[in-house]
Amino acid sequence: MSSLTLRQALRRRRYLLGGRPWRAALYLLSSVPIGAALLASVVLLAVVGSALTLVLVGVLLLLMLALIGIPVAAVERRRLRLIDPVPLGDPHRAPARTGLTAWLRTRLREQATWREFGYVLLFAFVLWPLEGLVVGAVLAVCGGLLATPVVMATVTGGEEVRVMKLWLADSYPQAFALALLGLVLLPLFAYPLGWAAAARAALTRTLLSAGPGGLDSRLEELGRSRMRLVDAFEAERRRIERDLHDGAQQRLVALSMTLGLARLEAPAEPLGSLLAKAHEEAGVALVEIRELIRGIHPQVLTDRGLAAAVEDIADRSAVPVDVDFGIPGRFPQAVETAVYFAVCEALANVAKHSGASRAQVTGRTDGEQLTVEVRDDGSGGAGTAGGSGLQGVADRISVVGGRLLISSPPGGPTVFRLDVPRSPAHLVE
Amino acid sequence: MLRIVLAEDSVLLREGLIGLLERFGHQVVAGAGSADELTEAVTAHAPDIVVTDVRMPPGFTDEGLRAAVALREARPQLPVLVLSQYVQRAYAEELLDSCDGRGVGYLLKERVGNVEEFVDALQRVADGGTVVDPEVVRQLLRHRRDPLSRLTAREQEVLALMAEGRSNASVAEALTVSEGTVSKHFGSILTKLDLSLTDATNRRVLAVLAYLRG
Repeated sequence: MSSLTLRQALRRRRYLLGGRPWRAALYLLSSVPIGAALLASVVLLAVVGSALTLVLVGVLLLLMLALIGIPVAAVERRRLRLIDPVPLGDPHRAPARTGLTAWLRTRLREQATWREFGYVLLFAFVLWPLEGLVVGAVLAVCGGLLATPVVMATVTGGEEVRVMKLWLADSYPQAFALALLGLVLLPLFAYPLGWAAAARAALTRTLLSAGPGGLDSRLEELGRSRMRLVDAFEAERRRIERDLHDGAQQRLVALSMTLGLARLEAPAEPLGSLLAKAHEEAGVALVEIRELIRGIHPQVLTDRGLAAAVEDIADRSAVPVDVDFGIPGRFPQAVETAVYFAVCEALANVAKHSGASRAQVTGRTDGEQLTVEVRDDGSGGAGTAGGSGLQGVADRISVVGGRLLISSPPGGPTVFRLDVPRSPAHLVE
Repeated sequence: MLRIVLAEDSVLLREGLIGLLERFGHQVVAGAGSADELTEAVTAHAPDIVVTDVRMPPGFTDEGLRAAVALREARPQLPVLVLSQYVQRAYAEELLDSCDGRGVGYLLKERVGNVEEFVDALQRVADGGTVVDPEVVRQLLRHRRDPLSRLTAREQEVLALMAEGRSNASVAEALTVSEGTVSKHFGSILTKLDLSLTDATNRRVLAVLAYLRG
């Protein structure tokens, strides 16, 4: 099936050649048994449920009635695919917790559930009889005309047939003429049939798609899932840091200590100089692993927070950095980590590209917002284009609900500014 | 001989350090695996010196360091040598700020590999001296680069060695110059940093560190 919707296909000349008219008919026709069953179920649930309200069973039946739209809407979304290839998304949110109670609470509070319930009522009481009428009329007229010769041959024994109680055919030529009329009418009726199905599909789409509230909740869920991803990534970083710290680093220290002790025994050459060399190598490995671990996750950030960690990077910078970061207290871990790595990247850029002789890091809080600025007196021209590290910083900051602003005119100076909410609304704490 | 309480959660390192210290004639009276055990062991054994790791159970953050600072608040005369896996100015400063910085040391853990220097540093801390790891001193120097930029490269080297708590003779040996030259450098450093000249090495170190900490 091509990707055209029925409505678009109806405007093309080849509409009649494909299977679309048949699909449209099937779509309308299949509504009839579903609609009839729904009518029966709704009436039954409402009547029996109301009658038994005093018993718990009645309340349960009424609850089922209220939720009946959910499975029906699921079926309807699938049935829509018969004539409309654009999938209709599920507007329901995933419940925050598992379990039936949480699921019920989420569903009953959702606008989508009640829209679906409304759709069921409309379907059961109004739509399916109309659809049945349309498709039934077309089938009766065309089918009746087409079947005239067959009816004449089998039922009436070749004498006469009254077609739709209007015309009397009393010979085979007449009967075949009526059948031919039916064949001619078929493509003509295919159009109103198609339009009826398209209209019905449009109504379904309007009622069952996610409303504006649904979009919001999806965006919120998206934000949460990005946050969870970043959290998982951070947890993994800390795990690697811990493993290196508790494992490889301790063993290297022990090795270096053993080598140191062995050297004390002052063995004869060439063992002595080999030991010295091995000892030196172990020392170099220790320095490297220390720097590696710090790069993965700095312990000072966990222990002392953002201000101490920023001072620590400033200490290590090749370009002199003044730090004015007078913000007491701690921030959510995700905020501290995102800002820390952003400042790291900014200072690394200052050292690598700016040609600056001095940089300055300032941090302030303005009520609920944390603002961190990295300025340098370099040559400017920094930007987030071209897949630079700054793009990664911008992405990471946006996950915690913040923004990265860069002002870096050619000739400088460069100002790199982060605005981050102190407690991002969608943070999963 | 020193009676030592050793706090280190890695059994591998703890056993190694005990062996090393005993090899030099010291006695580890208690080995602690957590910050709480450290505090208990100090109360029980009244050791000559405490050697502790920074990162300790239960939280694996800076419990060892905090325990050391708390212990020094309770007993100002207790010498403490902190071993750290990080070059961290913030930790060193907190330790040096506790009880005027006498009898404290902050060394990178990997220094234990140079066994003689390590045992020497331990002895100096036990004697009330101040020992700061050269890497950390370098960071302290970098942190306060403005006034220190007036020092020559050689003077900065001398200052770094001095901050480690070394005597003039020891600095002279390390830089392979005469003791007289070292004295001359000291004088010039103290003048440039507006520090008055005294003859006690330790006081000089403290003064310099106090100045570096700003």
